[in-house]
Amino acid sequence: MAQVHLRKVVKEYEGGVQAVKGIDLDIADHEFVVLVGPSGCGKSTTLRMIAGLEEISGGEIDIGGTVVNDVPPRDRDIAMVFQNYALYPHMTVYDNMAFGLTLRKFDKGEIKRRVENAAKILDIGMLLDRKPKALSGGQRQRVAMGRAIVRDPKVFLFDEPLSNLDAKLRVQMRTEIKKVHQTVRTTTVYVTHDQVEAMTLADRVVVMNHGKIEQVGPPQELYHHPRTRFVAGFIGSPSMNFIPARLEEAGSGLVVRMTDRAVLPVPAARASRYAAHVGRDLLFGIRPEHLTEPHPNEHRPNIAHFEAAPEVVEPMGMETLLHFWVEGHEICARFDPAVEVAPGKLAAMAVDMDQMHLIDPKTDLVL
Amino acid sequence: MSASTASTIASYTGKKLGSLRSERRWALWTAYASLIVATIIFLAPPFYMLVTSLKSSAEISNLSGNPWIVRAPTLENYMELIANPLFRGFFFNSVIITLCVVAISMVISVLAAFSLARMKFWGSQALATGVFLTYLVPDTLLFIPLYQIVGGLGLLNSIWGLILIYPTLTVPFCTWIMIGYFASIPKELDEAALIDGAGWMQMLTKIFIPVALPGIIAATIFAFTVSWAAFVYPTAFVTTPEHMPLTIGVVSQLIRGDTFAWGQIMAGALMAALPPVVVYAFLMDYYIAGLTAGATKG
Repeated sequence: MAQVHLRKVVKEYEGGVQAVKGIDLDIADHEFVVLVGPSGCGKSTTLRMIAGLEEISGGEIDIGGTVVNDVPPRDRDIAMVFQNYALYPHMTVYDNMAFGLTLRKFDKGEIKRRVENAAKILDIGMLLDRKPKALSGGQRQRVAMGRAIVRDPKVFLFDEPLSNLDAKLRVQMRTEIKKVHQTVRTTTVYVTHDQVEAMTLADRVVVMNHGKIEQVGPPQELYHHPRTRFVAGFIGSPSMNFIPARLEEAGSGLVVRMTDRAVLPVPAARASRYAAHVGRDLLFGIRPEHLTEPHPNEHRPNIAHFEAAPEVVEPMGMETLLHFWVEGHEICARFDPAVEVAPGKLAAMAVDMDQMHLIDPKTDLVL
Repeated sequence: MSASTASTIASYTGKKLGSLRSERRWALWTAYASLIVATIIFLAPPFYMLVTSLKSSAEISNLSGNPWIVRAPTLENYMELIANPLFRGFFFNSVIITLCVVAISMVISVLAAFSLARMKFWGSQALATGVFLTYLVPDTLLFIPLYQIVGGLGLLNSIWGLILIYPTLTVPFCTWIMIGYFASIPKELDEAALIDGAGWMQMLTKIFIPVALPGIIAATIFAFTVSWAAFVYPTAFVTTPEHMPLTIGVVSQLIRGDTFAWGQIMAGALMAALPPVVVYAFLMDYYIAGLTAGATKG
């Protein structure tokens, strides 16, 4: 087990293209950290630099108190699980899992003990004599994890391990990975582009964009208190709605005015926070789950109401998504499936203003 | 949907299905006809060789009757050849040359292909192309300068001269086949091996060679065929019968002046063709898999 520290880590390719632009990150012992972001944000490159599969152009990577910039992958005491499993096709499951230990000259008894222990954790004991081609996708991914577990490394690295699995299996394997981490407690760095995976697995999520870290924090913190527009939009599914709005004074309080018909009161508790921005054109951000049908007997304060005619209604079973347009921007609301709504017909909506966000469009920072 | 529309669709579909079936039948007939013609063209010479090899010299020189039929089959041509120490020497030379050339070619081309395909270094792409370009130079163009080199090394009239020279024919193509095969193996496999603790040599021997076995077999068959069947180089570099391989030995020793020992020539040629046929028959599936590797997304 070990801590991992990244200090001003840069990856620059030939031609001066920077994939990673000087990131700092401290990962604690036993921690499960997920790097998440869109394609090309530098998350996989960062992971591969930690693994030693990519050279570092600048900065320092420290694993377990040792700077590993020039240490080859085999001497970093890390184990990695790849998106396409990367199992050795000519070896049995047992040999795949034992390969790393054999190369490290472990004695046969110890290898057997470790492989059987990992197989027990992952419930693949009956597959040990099979070749990878005789396994399903989920089983292959389990074997790949087993290959990592037997090594008992300082750090586990996962590079989008669930991307090749179907939706149902992905959910199942997600739980499996979490269970394994709770059992072995090895420091883990996990890369995914799927924010649901990030939210469900991570102790802390690292949101990356354009080679930089946008925000680091526990999933709930990122969800409730995003620091930038990118994080606000990236975390949460469906993603947060953004509507251009003007912050205005109204009586003793503040309001956000999107159109003349949609003027929403800002909760009094936020007044001092936003006071300096009165009169400015900002972005009003609200998540679909905070834009719902009105509840009779609603006792929460700061619920604003308005009406809109949805253009598209998507019944999802556990919820119904309504899509409508405000000032040329598509807005998504999340309704209870029991509420009857139809495209083109006005529907009453409730906005939980306690969950609103205001974003400065010039800096993209959440105010 | 109206009744008329429904019937139109039904008749249209029926017509299409019928035409598809007849198109397929026509394609099959054409394929069979072409294959039968090709088979006859390719099998007629060896069949004629077999027939001739089973005839006595008297029967061969008798021009009456159908030359494709053996009237009094005999193995005397084969027995005489096998009993002939010179012929056994040709065979032995061919075996030694081929085994050495295959071994040398495979060691060089597997190592070269692995480094060119997987160890990205400056100029690796240009080198890979260069390796293939050398294959395009015909051996008829090379044998004059190579004669100088082999002569300079004192290896004329020696099987070791041929063992030294044949890899110039086999290594480029074998390397090219292996580059394609190694390149088609996902890069995560060597990354996983690196993380597991393998060095480059362990990665090659424990991961790449077993995974790329079909490609290696394809390259081995190619090297085997080229060195077993080489004709130009041994004709140029070997003139003493005891150092000749089968290809030129059969021709040079069984034709004396204007006397052709046709029965023995045919028997010798058939026996010479036997090893490649056996190798192909057993390894054909691997050979095809090796040549087509990487052609489609796995």
